[in-house]
Amino acid sequence: MTQSAATLDTAPVESSSTGNASTLARVGKYTLVRGVTLFITVIIGVYLTVLIANMGGYVDNIRRGEIREQTSIQVMNDPALKNLSGDEKRKLIEKQIVLSEKRLGLNQPFPIRSFRFLRNALTLQLGRAQLMTSDSGSRQVRLIILERLPSTLLLFGTSNLLLFLVSLLIALGLSRRYGSLLDRAFVALSPTSAAPGWFYGIFFILIFSSLLHWLPFGGMVDAPPPKAPLIYALSVGKHLILPVTAILVSAIFVSVYSWRTFFLIYSSEDYVEMARAKGLPDGIVERRYILRPTLPTIITSFALTLISLWTGAPIFETIFNWPGLGRTLFQAVGLFDTAVIVGSTVIFAYLLAITVFLLDIIYALVDPRVRIGGSGGGV
Amino acid sequence: MENFGNALRELRRYPSAMAGVIVILALVVFAVYTMITIPYAQAITLWRGGADIWYRLPRNAPPTWVNYFREKKLPDTIILNSANGGAEKTTEAKSFGQYLIDLTYTFDFTYDDFPLALVLYFTPTYKEKTPFVSITWTTPDGREIRLGDFDVPTGTVFRFEQDERLQRRLRRTLGDFPAQIALFMQPDSDPPLPLKGTYTLKISTVAFEKGSDLDAEFIAYGKVYGIAGTDHLRRDLKIALMWGAPVALAFGLLAALGTTITTMIIAAFGVWFAGWVDDLIQRITEVNLMLPLLPILIMVGTFYSRSIWLMLGVTILLGIFGGSIKTYRAIFMQTRESPYIEAAQAYGAGNVRIVLRYLVPRIIPVIIPQLVTLIPTYVFLEASLAVLGLGDPVLPTWGKVIQDAQNNGALYKGLYYWVLEPAGLLMFTGLGFAMVGFALDRIFNPRLREL
Repeated sequence: MTQSAATLDTAPVESSSTGNASTLARVGKYTLVRGVTLFITVIIGVYLTVLIANMGGYVDNIRRGEIREQTSIQVMNDPALKNLSGDEKRKLIEKQIVLSEKRLGLNQPFPIRSFRFLRNALTLQLGRAQLMTSDSGSRQVRLIILERLPSTLLLFGTSNLLLFLVSLLIALGLSRRYGSLLDRAFVALSPTSAAPGWFYGIFFILIFSSLLHWLPFGGMVDAPPPKAPLIYALSVGKHLILPVTAILVSAIFVSVYSWRTFFLIYSSEDYVEMARAKGLPDGIVERRYILRPTLPTIITSFALTLISLWTGAPIFETIFNWPGLGRTLFQAVGLFDTAVIVGSTVIFAYLLAITVFLLDIIYALVDPRVRIGGSGGGV
Repeated sequence: MENFGNALRELRRYPSAMAGVIVILALVVFAVYTMITIPYAQAITLWRGGADIWYRLPRNAPPTWVNYFREKKLPDTIILNSANGGAEKTTEAKSFGQYLIDLTYTFDFTYDDFPLALVLYFTPTYKEKTPFVSITWTTPDGREIRLGDFDVPTGTVFRFEQDERLQRRLRRTLGDFPAQIALFMQPDSDPPLPLKGTYTLKISTVAFEKGSDLDAEFIAYGKVYGIAGTDHLRRDLKIALMWGAPVALAFGLLAALGTTITTMIIAAFGVWFAGWVDDLIQRITEVNLMLPLLPILIMVGTFYSRSIWLMLGVTILLGIFGGSIKTYRAIFMQTRESPYIEAAQAYGAGNVRIVLRYLVPRIIPVIIPQLVTLIPTYVFLEASLAVLGLGDPVLPTWGKVIQDAQNNGALYKGLYYWVLEPAGLLMFTGLGFAMVGFALDRIFNPRLREL
């Protein structure tokens, strides 16, 4: 409730009208409720992840085996213990193993431990990787993941924003020129979006890297990375072209198609006809009478695109050798690095939740039902 | 049902939908044909059998049809086995218990490039005394080249360019070239040019026992092979490409059907019973939307099993409470208020009966386009998993071919056929279903049809 109180305090400074203040309070409350709901959802989701990743105690057995091996080697190689007889050494090893297992909590039953895993996962104490290291050499799963996160955000942020804006603009243009050749071309091409982005990625690499040698095969920067910031940025830009184009091509036709259809449905509404009859210019009709009421739907569909692209990241990044979160997950699978796999999944769950949460706030801001206080809407 | 018939009739008005229907039918026929001609067990042996089965084929050879696009024809692989009539065989008894067995291999060579390697695999039959062979090579211009004279114990393999004595002899007469080039080149051409025409390989055998026999398989490994080419393990890609069709269709159809139908029924029950049931379903859906499908599939694949059927099960399980539940819910909410539902209640229909017989059928027109458009999504999901290395360990699929190609740097090495063939088939399948799905969407949603 502190959040909504804060917004209440600041509201009168910006605007003197009381209606505005209550709107902000309502939006604040809505946001808070959504935030709490989403957090509970994340908790359940992460707990399920922990349950799946535990795979009936198999992971614990792997860890127990590792502990046994490590302690045995330690005791056998310790010069201070050289004089002990074999039997005494064995006893010492057993004692050490029990201690280690107790320290790691392996002696507790799984239900109790699962909640500790959950707490650790939620607070992003993701543990140590078994084999993988971050580029700075750390074994901390959190550091490994945080290091890769910016490149993922760069790639998918750029491409999603571009996709969103470009397809919206094209769709608006097409809905104005409905039935034109371009319009029909987009409708005809929309089934091509059945193939995911990585699929087009393979073709683009084939054409532009392998055949024409115009663009790099993959990666994020040239090797070795350029020192000067400007050249570095240019190099990253060059490496961005192919993956961003692949995402655009794979998704643009269907999103243009669905939005154009949407705009067409809305532009045949009576009130739009009325506005046109009044002689309002096309621009105003478009902005106030077509875009405004379709905004919540546009945002929902944007959210769904975002979510689906997040989950598509592992393959996409692998194909383009993009050093992001998805490829880390892929590498972790290859190395059977459980800690990193679970950590990545937790981060994905968080990213999804944050995406949904941010979009919920925007949704609340644009959806009059939430703002004015009608029946609450939601994504 | 009448509604449905109308829809099908209407589908004919959309050329893209008709193209899609043809693609789907072609795929089904292809899949059935595959399952009949290459039964499952045989496909598995051919794909996973090991080097014993694959040795006959060249490594990384593009398909034969690339020759149609090339001015210089690449040599095809020539396989001639005397055991099944690949060679002319004559047996003649001599004095002192000796037998002469002659194997004569005759073949045309009309290509503009040299084979990759020439190999003879011998299968002799004898008790104690090994047969002795003398091999000669006759070129189209009548030159006779002695290839070698040696004993052939069981398991003898004669690799032409690895035989020191043969190479020395060829160096003296033709220059310093590996045997597979020297034997096919026009003498004194530099760089070497292949000599086109009919070649003869003759193996004259002396066997020293009664009942002793000899068969030999001659293979000139070419630079192209078959209709689909081969991969890095010399496997014929045709098998994986053919078997990929039934697997992809089964996975796509089952996953799409499984998720849509269960989602629909659950949404219907939620709406009908309302209250806490509906709430629970809504909450589960929200949690489920938060679970990332691909990472979970990756976890299941890594920790449990990579079997395609387990993956399918998990996909369906996670798809049940998918986002579409909300769409269906909205439609059911409207239907629930219909008078005919009230009538059903009045004559005493039970809850389950109302849901399954009265609510669910109402939504089928909305679901069919969605179902058809979902199929390619799942077909590509299977391919995605395979590309990630989580493909089924046994079944050959399109995605696994792409993964092999990707792992072996096919695009870097210019082996485009290796990626393009499975990718083309995937695209073909995806487009077929998507085109039909989009057309159905317009037919079943009248609001879209007007546009």
